[in-house]
Amino acid sequence: MKVAKEGRFGVHGGQYIPETLMNAINELTKAYEFYKNDPEFQKELSDLFNNYANRPSLLYYAEKMTKDLGGAKIYLKREDLNHTGAHKVNNVLGQALLAKKMGKTRLIAETGAGQHGVATATAAALMGMECVVFMGEEDTKRQALNVYRMRLLGATVIPVTTGTRTLKDAVSEAMREWTTRVEDTHYCLGSVMGPHPFPTIVRDFQAVISKEIKEQILEKEGRLPDVVMACVGGGSNAIGTFYHFIEDKDVQLIGCEAAGRGIDTFETAATVNTGRLGIFHGMKSYFCQDEYGQIAPVYSISAGLDYPGVGPEHAYLHDIGRASYVPITDDEAVDAFEYLSRTEGIIPAIESSHAIAHAMKIAPTMDKDKIIVVTVSGRGDKDCAAIARYRGENIYE
Amino acid sequence: MSKIKEAFKNGKAFIPFITCGDPDIETTYNVVLEAVKNGADLIELGIPFSDPTAEGPVIQGANIRALAGGVTTDKVFELVKRLRKEVTIPLVFMTYANVVFSYGSDKFIKTCSELGIDGLIIPDIPYEEKEEFEPYCEKYDVDLISMVAPTSEDRVTMIAKEAKGFIYVVSSMGVTGVRSSFANDISSVTAKIREVTDVPCAIGFGISNPEQAANMSKIADGVIVGSAIIKILAEHGKDAPSYVGSFVKEMKEAII
Repeated sequence: MKVAKEGRFGVHGGQYIPETLMNAINELTKAYEFYKNDPEFQKELSDLFNNYANRPSLLYYAEKMTKDLGGAKIYLKREDLNHTGAHKVNNVLGQALLAKKMGKTRLIAETGAGQHGVATATAAALMGMECVVFMGEEDTKRQALNVYRMRLLGATVIPVTTGTRTLKDAVSEAMREWTTRVEDTHYCLGSVMGPHPFPTIVRDFQAVISKEIKEQILEKEGRLPDVVMACVGGGSNAIGTFYHFIEDKDVQLIGCEAAGRGIDTFETAATVNTGRLGIFHGMKSYFCQDEYGQIAPVYSISAGLDYPGVGPEHAYLHDIGRASYVPITDDEAVDAFEYLSRTEGIIPAIESSHAIAHAMKIAPTMDKDKIIVVTVSGRGDKDCAAIARYRGENIYE
Repeated sequence: MSKIKEAFKNGKAFIPFITCGDPDIETTYNVVLEAVKNGADLIELGIPFSDPTAEGPVIQGANIRALAGGVTTDKVFELVKRLRKEVTIPLVFMTYANVVFSYGSDKFIKTCSELGIDGLIIPDIPYEEKEEFEPYCEKYDVDLISMVAPTSEDRVTMIAKEAKGFIYVVSSMGVTGVRSSFANDISSVTAKIREVTDVPCAIGFGISNPEQAANMSKIADGVIVGSAIIKILAEHGKDAPSYVGSFVKEMKEAII
């Protein structure tokens, strides 16, 4: 008897993980199947969202930006206003609550920019759980402030010194740690990636973003937007932004990938644009890799998008043509970072700036009666020192 | 019938693991010949992968050294072609799913068969995903080796029933690497396997000395040793073959 193929998005997804983790993954799948339909669980989660994480987040009409660009009307979904400063908290509160219900007492997580690590450390502090965060050594330097925040919140941060010392290595190390200790530990994966059921669980917790956008835009404009867009690394804020619009075929979905120094260079992390189908980190999806399947050492100025793969549901939305994925370079993202700061008084995360950059490109080409919603996945305070350095200014955090 | 069974005819089987191309292909060639000469019954040849998520630091290091030295899947195939002129014991590959998938699963497994590779161990292919490669393994008569872990519990029977070649019993939680203690209940795992199949069981992960090997061989048909051998390679580099040879001899004698 063959076990049914669960957690597939077209050919993508699956459960490509060591046998040691299979029972833990099955236990998680069962628990999630139960709690996602449990009114008590949903009530507790809503309470955390609304009374702790500052949801619903604003849908803000960026009037100055709209006028300046002279085209489509631009709304910003302000996930940067969430507690801890990014969309990551939506998923983390959900998973921490789930882990607690499952009787786990310890959370482990990977982090790139540090936003997911900070969110996990926050949830662990709130719920009285132990927390260990794996972070590429390179990223601990790029995002030193977030390392301090995690420690302040009571978490242990372990700098990962293998491979490229970035997000992919942090994921590998967190997986290795999970295989040594599954009994009391939940791996709080930060994006819509990894083995089933993670891509589904994380999507469901992030889907609150598009659920709110839909309600808010209908209230403000009385109609659905023409375009919704977000940046894509693993793709959690993007899938959250897309999810409740997938069935609304007139709403165009755009994911903005990190092109680094350009998709014609090796220094890129634009997976859908430059990768090919592969199997890694528990899932089948698109990956940046060489001809022998060795995973590529990707690059982006943004630690949060500096990942060689993309979530399986995005790979599927790309395959069926439902969403399109565009590359945005470091230079374009930094310009957008500065533009939104000056134009709207909103400092976006360098990750989110990739989506802002694409809005700046397409808004002027669209009619004034069109509507674009851009998700600002996080706030940019953490990036100020790095961007200053990028512009040749040496400031100390 | 699987040729792998022959490895378990000569008493308890000793199975060394060697990462191909660490530090270079020529050394791997010589290490394999030495291991065979000194009593290895089956050899697990690792094809390096950039991100080996089931490995501890020692084997991660071997993967990095091998890739830095320019090893590719095709170069490993060339190595096996040369080895097969001298070596008749069963050989299996150990690598990650993406190495096989990206080469083209059909082409990779067909090549294995043509070169005389008897089995494939892929740690990121659990029972639920074996459809990914099993149809090709059946087509070309290469055994897809199943792994069983201390956490497998009620999954052991399901896995063992469909197992081919041998069953890789993971000794303890975590990744590969030398360790001093093992899961308490490995013997209950092998006993469960015995109830449903006569496919041989070999225990691996963390076994590094003759005493541990002797203990493990009492509850299984074979013992797999990786990190301890990789450490010898890391220490002696190109001079490693004779050191690996004497280590294999000592281990094989301990388990007979």
